[in-house]
Amino acid sequence: MTDIVDNSGVEDGASKRYLRTARKRSIIVFVMMAIVAFSVLLDVSLGPGNFPLSDIIDVLWDENSHGVSLSVIVWDIRLPVALMALLIGAMLGAAGAEMQTILNNPLADPFTLGISSAASFGASLAIVAGFSLIPYAGTLLITTNAFGFALLASFILFATTRMRGVNIETMVLVGIALMFTFNALLALMQYYSSETELQKIVFWMMGSLMRVTWSKLAICAVILGISLPIFMWRNWQLTALRLGDEKARSMGINVSRLRIEMLILVSLLSAVSVAFVGVIGFIGLVGPHMARMMVGEDQRFFLPMSVFCGALILSVASIISKMITPGIIYPIGMITSLIGVPFFLSLVLKQRKRSW
Amino acid sequence: MLKIDGLSASYGKKTILTEISIDEIKPGELTAVIGPNGTGKSTFFKAISGLLKGTMGKMVLNGDDLGGLSSDVMARKICYLPQSVNTTAALTAFEVVLLGLKFQSGWRVKDEDAAQVEKIFAILDIDHLSDQYIGDLSGGQQQLVWIAQAIIRSPEMLLLDEPTSALDLQHQLAVMDLLKILTKKRNIVTMVALHDLNLAARYADKVLVIKDGKLRAFGVTQDIFRTDIINETYGVEVEVQTQASGTILVMPIRSKRQLRADLL
Repeated sequence: MTDIVDNSGVEDGASKRYLRTARKRSIIVFVMMAIVAFSVLLDVSLGPGNFPLSDIIDVLWDENSHGVSLSVIVWDIRLPVALMALLIGAMLGAAGAEMQTILNNPLADPFTLGISSAASFGASLAIVAGFSLIPYAGTLLITTNAFGFALLASFILFATTRMRGVNIETMVLVGIALMFTFNALLALMQYYSSETELQKIVFWMMGSLMRVTWSKLAICAVILGISLPIFMWRNWQLTALRLGDEKARSMGINVSRLRIEMLILVSLLSAVSVAFVGVIGFIGLVGPHMARMMVGEDQRFFLPMSVFCGALILSVASIISKMITPGIIYPIGMITSLIGVPFFLSLVLKQRKRSW
Repeated sequence: MLKIDGLSASYGKKTILTEISIDEIKPGELTAVIGPNGTGKSTFFKAISGLLKGTMGKMVLNGDDLGGLSSDVMARKICYLPQSVNTTAALTAFEVVLLGLKFQSGWRVKDEDAAQVEKIFAILDIDHLSDQYIGDLSGGQQQLVWIAQAIIRSPEMLLLDEPTSALDLQHQLAVMDLLKILTKKRNIVTMVALHDLNLAARYADKVLVIKDGKLRAFGVTQDIFRTDIINETYGVEVEVQTQASGTILVMPIRSKRQLRADLL
């Protein structure tokens, strides 16, 4: 066969070029991991009290090296918040990456498909009516209600996938319908709420890392620890899914089973994160886009990169939320979008040729 | 060897294929599947490769009853290339072909895997496309990449649905030459759905004619490429000539179907 494109500039064989690209992508992923680690450290070191970084590292190494007060600041306040930013960002990055993959849609993320709206409605129901979806929730009433309603929205999406003749476009539309429904119900709750309740709802919806506890961190770590290996185990199948359902099926992939498995994990990741920190949109949407631009969509690189991009965005947002006005911590959801959007737009505009 | 007994297929309540039976298609033979649009050729391929739920009948490939195989075993034995694959995935042509090799195996890509992919790119002379995103390639270039992916899977049976529809004449001939050699060399069963009857006549050892979901004719190419069979199958008037070299030529004369040009 004869060339249809000039390849005179090509020196190495295709395999060498591929292996070189793969190595480069591995390096990018590791560099990103290092940046995330540095960002978390910076997040711990910054705050209203000005302590040298070396003292912070000492305290992280040995809790009692610089007295009780610094130990409390680092271990009880700053470190949980920094780790929560890391874990929630990672969870939202992973959830967004797989949501976009299984729904073959660049706009899909747990928040555009109604899961966060459902959680917000659940939270508002707890705040205004004291209603609990899960009995005996006690002090965790708002969190469990948000979690319960987020899962409810996900189950409606699952039920849709089980219906005969339903394609992925229908699923996306059902997600959008869910978002509008729960937003309307949320508006109704806000309409009936008192001034104090309304303030509480709005603050919850803005997203905050300050509600962190070590037990919440442990739950996030466990869920992430379960779902990431499953995503990685399915990496070839998930990559093949982006070639379309028919192509994936012809490769022996049980597409509907894979989609449901992934949807369960994605729902769990997003439901837990929204229940613990409120609505932090944007990360699940943008983290995977940034990852895709840097390492493509081979899931072996794409998934870890999405996780690190998500973690980095939230970690940097956490730092900035403390830095704007000393002594005041701004709601993280707001900061995430404000700092992320310009960065994301610059990336998109640099690579106008292809972003999805 | 492929044997099909009473294959019927339907989408919901709509029956597409009715009772198709084929005594045997031997390995090493290239079979062209021809017939008018919407007649069930693609459904026939999907039914054989186990992609349709509403399939009845028995199919045996090299002694294995295909009805009793799991989807991943089926995918190792049979490679079905759909008519068109639309994707916006940020995957390079190299990665797409690599997927054909690794989709059921380990996490790590070894040097040998990459070398195998490079070899397929060299065979199809598409090395220069390997670093480009699949969605950025032209229709014809994409078709060559999908063919490369199908070949690297090394199946026992290749089912290709109009694999040359987007290719220029040179690439059409080159791809068909390659498929012919591959079929013989690997001793596999290859079926290719084609609309270009001259291409089918030139390359096929056997021809299978499907019309209205039924098997209208099956046999060696010379027996099937008869004026009456082609005329009846397509609703046209053609002249089938066999040249001294043995090459069969199908010369279209006119269509029996009049479109409503008066409405223009």
